[in-house]
Amino acid sequence: MAEIGLGHFLSVAAILFAIGMAGIFLNRKNVIVILMSIELMLLAVNINLVAFSQFLGDLTGQVFAFMVLTVAAAEAAVGLAILVAYFRKRGDISVDDANLMKN
Amino acid sequence: MTLVDMLSYAYPELVLAIGSMALLITGVFMGENSAQKISLASIAVLAIAVAFVVFRPAVGGATIFADAFRIDGFSEFVKTVLYITAGFAIMMSHRYFQGDDNWRFEYPILILLSVFGMSLMVSANDLIALYMGIETQSLALYVLASINRDSRRSTEAGLKYFVLGALSSCLMLYGASLIYGFTGSVSFTEIAKIAETSGGENVGLIIGLVFLISGLAFKVSAAPFHMWTPDVYEGAPTPVTAFFAAAPKFAAMALFIRVLMTAFPTALADWQMVIALIAVASMMVGAFSAIAQTNIKRLMAYSSIGHVGYALMGLAAGTAPGVSSILIYMTIYIVMTIGAFACILMMRRRGGLTEDISDLSGLTKTNMPLALVLTILLFSLAGIPPMAGFFGKWYVFVAAVDAGLVWLAILGVLASAVSAYYYLRIVWFMWFDEPAPAFERDVGPALQMTAGVSAIMVFPILVIFIGVLYQAADRAAAALF
Repeated sequence: MAEIGLGHFLSVAAILFAIGMAGIFLNRKNVIVILMSIELMLLAVNINLVAFSQFLGDLTGQVFAFMVLTVAAAEAAVGLAILVAYFRKRGDISVDDANLMKN
Repeated sequence: MTLVDMLSYAYPELVLAIGSMALLITGVFMGENSAQKISLASIAVLAIAVAFVVFRPAVGGATIFADAFRIDGFSEFVKTVLYITAGFAIMMSHRYFQGDDNWRFEYPILILLSVFGMSLMVSANDLIALYMGIETQSLALYVLASINRDSRRSTEAGLKYFVLGALSSCLMLYGASLIYGFTGSVSFTEIAKIAETSGGENVGLIIGLVFLISGLAFKVSAAPFHMWTPDVYEGAPTPVTAFFAAAPKFAAMALFIRVLMTAFPTALADWQMVIALIAVASMMVGAFSAIAQTNIKRLMAYSSIGHVGYALMGLAAGTAPGVSSILIYMTIYIVMTIGAFACILMMRRRGGLTEDISDLSGLTKTNMPLALVLTILLFSLAGIPPMAGFFGKWYVFVAAVDAGLVWLAILGVLASAVSAYYYLRIVWFMWFDEPAPAFERDVGPALQMTAGVSAIMVFPILVIFIGVLYQAADRAAAALF
């Protein structure tokens, strides 16, 4: 059985990151999906950090990952709060309808 | 160094953090009509922070908190400008919110919190501090953009800013994780050492750097990462837009400079062309997209994209005069922008703000002082010779030419000629068109003073100002080399 090395972890993280990015740009229906995509991208970064930390034998990466987790929670709170304010005025959260300001 | 010693270097940040928390609690206890008092107290907090930066400089610089936080001439210069800008931004909001249910005491506190984040960004000396600073700033700014929660435009602006801001943070963070993984350290000084020895063969490091640059380009709203700027600037309440156009840009630019100059000085060949292309794209977007705009806030958004392009030209030079020219450019840009927005905030008619450029028609016949001030500021924004805006551009172009980027300077001059068209078009409307109905005269002293002071500062009489600024920026830039 092949050894699972750093490259595998980085690949998983890169794929997750790409999925998250695609989720933001391809999704046209729902802003909640965008919030989930952002979480996915942050988690991809965390996988990167923890994998590097393990393979370098250096704890800094894990400290960084904890910081990212904390900030991700705060970001989700602020994002949802703004989304609720937006929903109150609009009555829906579809991405296509967010176009009051245009050229 | 003991903890107390270290904390003594971070007094401005401590003042901001403790001050904002104390004011938040005071505001909650005083109830809804405390907004004006909290607002004035916030300006006092910023004044104390400025006093700490100016009167207790860290001679020769200091690095505290396990190499995470750097205080030197560079950070002190930027912090002084940022704190003063934030004070003016709070002052300018009074007339806007007055007599409005929307005047909440949270507004100045959010500005204080975002300024605290900017302080961290400016002083960041490792990747963790960089990320924490940017997020502290951004989370407060997202809420500020949607502070008028009863307005559809304001909430939409907040939502757009949040989504694209979070995306850019993710890009930057992914880059940071790669840089950490391929150098084994998050500290800028350590990264610089490793980048020097491994050089261009370290592909992971270069990929990480590209991600980091993209994320930072988002934050300074440089093309091709500028899409959010016009929408957010148009939708956010005007005093918030004034703040957005000034302080966060300078903070992100300072962070950009510090990352590239302290962590990747040896990789100059790798990032110089990237920054130069971003600069060209921003200048062109700023010059050509602004022409068709009818909303003055949207026009200012495109104008700010263009100005960031000019400033990035100094970064592409990658030299000490280049950095010093960015500091000069951004300071003058902030003065002009704050002044221009003070004028925009005076465009009131029947109790509301108007935002159409056509509302300025024939302003000289209805309101000569406002027309004069705005004309001076627009001339300066366009970079017409005797005004301060010209000197800003001059230093940046000289820095680019000295670094061998003659083509970049030529493109900059061309873009600046194109952008002069839409600034001067507004001047033409004001002086030679049929007058539109007059604006209200009751605008309050704060706006008049802000607009007047900035017009005087960019006016050629005050060449002394440019001289002082030049010396201060030179000293600040020297701290990085």
